[in-house]
Amino acid sequence: MLRYIFEPGFFGSGPVHVALAVGTVIAVTSAVVGVFTVIRGQSFAGHALGDLSTTGGSGAFLVGVNQFWGYLAFGAGAAAFMEMIGVQRRRGRDVATGVVLGAGLGLAALFLYLGTQYSSTTGASFTILFGSIFVITSSTVPALVTSALLSSLSPDIAAARGVPVRAVGAAFLMALAVSVALSAVIIGSVLSTALLIGPAATALRVAKGPVRAMAVAAGIGVAATWIGIVLAYDSFYWPPARRGWPVSFFVVTLIVGCYLVSYLRPQRERQDTAREAPDTEQVCSPA
Amino acid sequence: MFSGLMLNTWIAATAVAVIAGVTGFFAVLRGSTFAAHAIPNGAFAGAAGASLLGLNAFAGLAVFSVAGALGIAGLSRRSRPDVATALTFVMMLGIGALFVSWSTEYAQEAYSLLFGEVFGVSAGEVLPIVVLGAVSIVAIIVMFRPLMLSSAMPEVAEARGVSPRRMELAFLLVMALATSMTVPVVGALLMFSLMIGPAAAARSLTARPMLAMLLSVAIALITVWTGIAVSYQSNWPLGFFVGLMGAAFFLFARAYRVVARGLQAPPAA
Repeated sequence: MLRYIFEPGFFGSGPVHVALAVGTVIAVTSAVVGVFTVIRGQSFAGHALGDLSTTGGSGAFLVGVNQFWGYLAFGAGAAAFMEMIGVQRRRGRDVATGVVLGAGLGLAALFLYLGTQYSSTTGASFTILFGSIFVITSSTVPALVTSALLSSLSPDIAAARGVPVRAVGAAFLMALAVSVALSAVIIGSVLSTALLIGPAATALRVAKGPVRAMAVAAGIGVAATWIGIVLAYDSFYWPPARRGWPVSFFVVTLIVGCYLVSYLRPQRERQDTAREAPDTEQVCSPA
Repeated sequence: MFSGLMLNTWIAATAVAVIAGVTGFFAVLRGSTFAAHAIPNGAFAGAAGASLLGLNAFAGLAVFSVAGALGIAGLSRRSRPDVATALTFVMMLGIGALFVSWSTEYAQEAYSLLFGEVFGVSAGEVLPIVVLGAVSIVAIIVMFRPLMLSSAMPEVAEARGVSPRRMELAFLLVMALATSMTVPVVGALLMFSLMIGPAAAARSLTARPMLAMLLSVAIALITVWTGIAVSYQSNWPLGFFVGLMGAAFFLFARAYRVVARGLQAPPAA
């Protein structure tokens, strides 16, 4: 039975071990940071920082610095810039994010153009968007774990009372930048956005309180990543191309599917607003 | 620089700048910046699917950008707009990744869809862009008043019987329409930069809606024309100049507003 689920060689494969380990770390970090991102309504910033840090990666590649630093520096710089020009209202914040993202993607176009002139890597833009979880070397794992811990620390600081709102916003954006930059470099900006927003949004619908939501989100994220990796490994002989379906497709589908399933449960907000009418509350409260 | 082939580029870019200036103004006003990023970028999956089936890329782009608009509007009914946009967007890109993995030689085309091929516009591509631009602008003019009302004062609009959801859907569909024809020519990146930068700058310069919209179109035109001229001379990608100029215009406009306010009301010392 198990042989049909796990293709032979799954458990012995080195890249699969690393992918599972890294995927777990990223899924957990993204869940913790993601809950705050969704509560604060900063999904766009979460996605944009991933895109922008990949710009830093291509820039670092161009000047010959380690790409890791490029990702981090660009992500943090973009976060600082967004905070600087961002108005505090939500609409203004999204516009600031959009302006910074437009400028950053412009730089990416330049870096890719200059990069392809010298090395002719036409697939560069594609790798930047979609990444590849199976080509991680095990030496990146310790660095990833350290930074993951660092980035999930600061929401705790932010949650502490008596901290000025502006500083909390800036600190959170930095944490978001570090977390997203790391996951974007490794699994691509698409999957990093999916893991950041999807599990957290689902968890916030079904769990009460941010801490429980984080636990639920981490569970969903890790499960989706593992199942996605297993399916991608299995899909190697699937039609039509027989080269394997991408991990990102499986993980994204699982995460969005989870979110849609959470629609079946009644919304918590509706319960709160329905407090006036006890009848509807009876109907709406989850069994 | 103004020879036959380049003439197509100038016409197409002008049409794109006008479309982007008008739709971008509403995107910024409504706070749908994320959707303005998600729809053009996510629509690329449609082009990948169309090339897989051997269809015209326009068909794929149109189907996916409309599907994206419907997805965002549909999910927004019962969740936060930014979460709805993010999830629709990653789903579209996930499907795009799948399509690309099925086809064999797509990387180069993906690059051109993201960053555009504005210098290779053929005469046949100019007409659809101009027609489509006219259609989206007519659509916006037709629903100008309710759209403006629901963007600026959602509560008042709802009280007057303008459904915010229907308005959001209508607006996203116009954006999808504008996107599907312009993306193959100028790229998803350029379309996004042109929608946000000039509109945000215009909004900072004036509070009057009509003036802001015209200003947004004017800044978009200046950005794209300068961008093409410089890009033609230097050979560097157009997206780079447009992206940076959009941000620069925005920063100048913000600085201007701060200075103007300081002159108007000097702080009581």
